[in-house]
Amino acid sequence: MDLSEINFAVLVASLIVASTPLVLAALGELIVEKSGVLNLGVEGMMIIGAVTGFIVGVETGSAYIGMMAAAMAGALLSLLFAFIILIMQANQVASGLALTIFGLGIAALMGHPYTGIKSPQISTISIPILSEIPVLGTMFFQHDLIVYLSLISVLVIWYFLNRMRAGLILRSVGEDHDVAHSLGYRVVTIRFLAITFGGAMAGVGGGYLSLVRVPQWTEGMTAGAGWIALALVVFSGWRPFRLLIGAYIFGGITILQLNLQAIGVNINIALLSMAPYLATILALVVISMSRFRGNRGAPGCLGRSFVKIT
Amino acid sequence: MFKLIPRENVSPVLSLLGPLFSVGLTMIVGGILFYFLGVDPFAAIKMIFWDPLMSETFSTYSIPQIFIKGAPLILIALGLSVGFKANVWNIGAEGQYIMGAIFGASFALSLYPLESIVIFPAMILIGVIGGCLWSMIPAFLKVKFQVNEILVSLMLVYVAEQILALASLGFLRNPDGAGFPGSRNLNQYTSASNAEIIAGTGIHLGVLLSLLLVIFFYVLLFRHSLGFKIKLLGNSPKASGFSGDNPNKLIFLCLTLSGSLAGLAGIMEVAGPAGQINIDFNVGYGFTAIIVAFLGRLNPIGIFFAGIVMALTYVGGELTQFMLNLPAAAIQVFQGMLLFFLLSFDLFVHYKIKLKGNK
Repeated sequence: MDLSEINFAVLVASLIVASTPLVLAALGELIVEKSGVLNLGVEGMMIIGAVTGFIVGVETGSAYIGMMAAAMAGALLSLLFAFIILIMQANQVASGLALTIFGLGIAALMGHPYTGIKSPQISTISIPILSEIPVLGTMFFQHDLIVYLSLISVLVIWYFLNRMRAGLILRSVGEDHDVAHSLGYRVVTIRFLAITFGGAMAGVGGGYLSLVRVPQWTEGMTAGAGWIALALVVFSGWRPFRLLIGAYIFGGITILQLNLQAIGVNINIALLSMAPYLATILALVVISMSRFRGNRGAPGCLGRSFVKIT
Repeated sequence: MFKLIPRENVSPVLSLLGPLFSVGLTMIVGGILFYFLGVDPFAAIKMIFWDPLMSETFSTYSIPQIFIKGAPLILIALGLSVGFKANVWNIGAEGQYIMGAIFGASFALSLYPLESIVIFPAMILIGVIGGCLWSMIPAFLKVKFQVNEILVSLMLVYVAEQILALASLGFLRNPDGAGFPGSRNLNQYTSASNAEIIAGTGIHLGVLLSLLLVIFFYVLLFRHSLGFKIKLLGNSPKASGFSGDNPNKLIFLCLTLSGSLAGLAGIMEVAGPAGQINIDFNVGYGFTAIIVAFLGRLNPIGIFFAGIVMALTYVGGELTQFMLNLPAAAIQVFQGMLLFFLLSFDLFVHYKIKLKGNK
C-alpha cells in the first residue's frame, strides 16, 4: 500500500464532485421538510433526474440542457407526491416510499436503451486568479458550473430561511400549519411549491450523478444517495451550512474508500463499500446522542397531514 | 370547491373497495403505459393477471409459483404491518431477509456433510435470529438514542448486500464450485434442504408457515391485548404512555418481530427455491412486502390476498418478459402505481367529501 499515490489536492477536488449530488438533493429536501412535509421519495426523484438528464444530455449533446431536463423531471415526479399527500391526504411516509419504488421502475424502463453510452462532457470553469493558487486552486476553483451553483444555493437557502419574510412564512407553515392557516397563509400552496423545489433539486442532483459524477447510466445507479441525502438533513439539524459540511465529510469517506480500492489496499472491497452507509448510521447516532439533540430544529409539523378546519 | 368531513367510523365497504379499485386502475393506467412501450396492452394485462391462473399452458407451473413467491411477501408483510400500525417504520426488511438467509445457511454449511434431523429446525431458528439481530440495530438505536429507524434500517440493507457479496465470493463460496461465486446448493444437502412438501409443485414449508402465521397474526392483532396496545401506540402515543404501556418496549417488539419474520422468509427461500447464497439472492421481496402490507390494509387476512395478488404480478411479469419481451422494470412501475392509487383512495375511506358552493 502506498498512500503517497493519493494526491491530496485532487482528492479534495474529487470529494467536492462526489458530494455535489448530495448537497443538491439534501438542500431541496431541507426546504421540503422546513415546510412540514417529509418526502421519502428523494431516491426516486434523483434517479428520474439521473435518467432524464442523461437521455436529454446524450440526445442534445449538451450536459447543461440535460441538467435542466433533470430538474424538470424531478419536479414533475414530486408533483405526483404533492398531489397525493396534499390533496388526497395520504400518509407521507408510505407515499414517499411509493415514489421511490415508482421512480426506480420508470427510470429503469426509460434508461434501458441508454446503458453503456458515454455522456456529453461538461466543461470546468477555472475562476481567474483564484484557480492559480497552488493546491487550494485545484481543490476549490477548478470545477464545473453546477458545483459553484450548489455552493451558491447553500448561501441563498440560508439567506432565504433566516433573513427573508418568505422563508419565515415557509418555516411557520412547517412549525404549525393550523396557526399558519389561521394567519391567512396558504398552507397547501406553500407546501406544493416547497415540494416542487425539492423535486427539482433532487432531479439536478441525479442529473449531476449520471452526467458528471459517473458519467454513465446504469440501472439503480443512485444506490441509496437519496436516502443518504435524507439522513444528511437530519444530521444537519435542518441547517444549510451544517448540511454542506456533512455532505463533504460524507463525500470524503466515499472518495477515500474508492481511492483505497483503486490503489489496492488490502481490505476487502465489500467492506470498503459498506463504509459510507455505516458512516451515515454513525453520524445519525452521534447527532442524536449529542447535547444538541438531533431533532432540535425539526419542524413541528414534520410528516403530519394538513386538513383545513373551517 | 370541496370540503372534507372526517368520518366517525371508517367505512368498511370503502375500505374493502379501495384495494379492488386500485388494482383495477393500475390495470388501466398500466395498459396505457404498455401501449407506449409498443406492447399490446390487452395481451400484456391478460398475461399478467389472467394467464398465470387460467391458461392451460402456464397454470400448472404458475399457480404453485404464485404461492412460492407469495410466501416471503406474506411473511415479511405480516411483520411490517404490526410496526406500521404503531407508526414504527421498518423499511429495511430486505436487509433482514438477506441476513436471515446468510445466518441460517452459514450454520448449515458449517456442518456439511454431517446429516442429522436437528440441523433443519436449528437452521430455521438461526435464520430467524439472524433477521432479528439485524433489526435489533435500528430498534436499539431508536429506543436508546431516538435515531430515525427508517434511515438506519434502510442503510443496513446496503450493508447487508455487501455482506451477501462477501459471503458468496468469500466465506460461503462453494469449495467445489470451480471458483464460481455462490455457496453450496442447500437442496443437495438433505439435512438442510427446505424440500417441497407437495411433490412436483415446489411448494415448501415456508408456504405452509405463511398461511399459519396469517391466522396467528389475526388472533394476535384482533383477539389479544397486544394488538390493542400496538394500535394505541400508533393512534395516540400519549394515551399509550398514560395507559401504562412502555412505548419503547413496543417499538422494540415491532421492529424485532418484523426482522425475525423477514429472517424466516430469507432462510426458507435460501434453503428452498433459491437453493444457495449468491450475489443476486435478494430480489426485492423486502421492499415489495411494504406494498403488500398496505394493499392488505395492514390486516392479516388482507395481507394474504395482497401477497397473492402481488405474487401474481411477479409471475405474470415473468411471463410478459419471456413472451412479450417486456422489461422487468415495468412490473416495478406497476407496483409503485398500485401503491399510489391505494394511498390516494384512503381519502374516501377516512373522509366524506361534500361539494361546497362557490363563494
